[in-house]
Amino acid sequence: MKERRLRIIDYSLLLIFLALLIYASLGLSPRGDLNSWVNREESVVHSPNAAAYYIRHAYHDTHSPNMVTAILADYRGYDTLGEETVILTAGIICFLLLRRKRRKNKKDNNKEIKAENERSRK
Amino acid sequence: MIEFFLGHYAYWFVLILLAIGLYGMIIKHNLVKKVIGLSIFQVAIILFFIASSTKWKATVPVLANHHEKIQAAAYINPLPHTLMLTAIVVGVATSGVAFALLILTYRRYKTLNETELLKRMSEEDAE
Amino acid sequence: MKEAENNPIVSLIASIVSPFIMLFGLYVIFHGHYSPGGGFQGGTLLAASIILIRLAHSSHTGQLQFPSKLGTPLGSLGVFIYYGTGLAALWWGGQFLNYAFLPLAEEISLRRSWGILLVEIGVGLAVMAILVSIFDDLLEEENHD
Repeated sequence: MKERRLRIIDYSLLLIFLALLIYASLGLSPRGDLNSWVNREESVVHSPNAAAYYIRHAYHDTHSPNMVTAILADYRGYDTLGEETVILTAGIICFLLLRRKRRKNKKDNNKEIKAENERSRK
Repeated sequence: MIEFFLGHYAYWFVLILLAIGLYGMIIKHNLVKKVIGLSIFQVAIILFFIASSTKWKATVPVLANHHEKIQAAAYINPLPHTLMLTAIVVGVATSGVAFALLILTYRRYKTLNETELLKRMSEEDAE
Repeated sequence: MKEAENNPIVSLIASIVSPFIMLFGLYVIFHGHYSPGGGFQGGTLLAASIILIRLAHSSHTGQLQFPSKLGTPLGSLGVFIYYGTGLAALWWGGQFLNYAFLPLAEEISLRRSWGILLVEIGVGLAVMAILVSIFDDLLEEENHD
């Protein structure tokens, strides 16, 4: 009985979450609109818009026609550095968690651990 | 009305994917299915950013002819694409670490069902 | 887990296709300038070509081309190349990761272009090595049973 009550709470939470998100998405500007604040040349505070600056100056600064690589490696190179550190950390975590020599016999282990404890006490 | 629908339908599909991912994380009992739900959630967020970066009648952000004048309205916004490249690889790393933890949990408790796992953990604490 | 029998057709086709996938991955890394591509995409393709061999052959044959103890050192080498490029820019008088100060070409925009290429090679190497290393870690238990 407790299980069924928890199931109803879970499903209703999911539906409330979906309804809230759909209500929030009604306030977004339409996709691809050229007059929304993201796509203009100037931002709200009258500074140059980042995306428009990158599009206009990418070839002149880096001599590469691919704007995405120029942003990834030159303008925002610091973020890519942090991201590579994240990949390396994940690889080292998996290495440390999983690569161990499996011990064959559990009884021998307990005897070894007890002998070591006695030796360290003396 | 029809323009409102055309401007927003992509967001609604992405929100349905978000709900499917959250359903997998909350309601399923198996731990592997929860990790799969997490992965679906991450992919939905990536799709949301990329769907919101388009412009009407604009092309891919790769210059075809670099000697003529560049108009910013002719190329789609390249900034979310760059950030989502990072997000995809971080998603892969997170899934890898999650599966490593699941392997260690199975070796220790011999089950991957959530209710069974909680029962065995509380039995071990009671000893 | 029971050892599965290796199908000779699958093994043969995987051995034939894998060098082409590796070549395409190298192409995607080095043409990150001119077409969609770059470090992350090419690194994933390279990792796919190595994992295909491991899936289609027995565990002994899969370790011949890329031994599993090479995974984490190569990943560290890739991150070291990235940090090294940034610190080299410090050495030659600029700020960290400002490629205009590396003495690789005459014009400033060409120097940035070569800096981007070096950094993408580092990223591709790191992503390939770490993805193969995570795959090997998840299969570690099979080699001991």
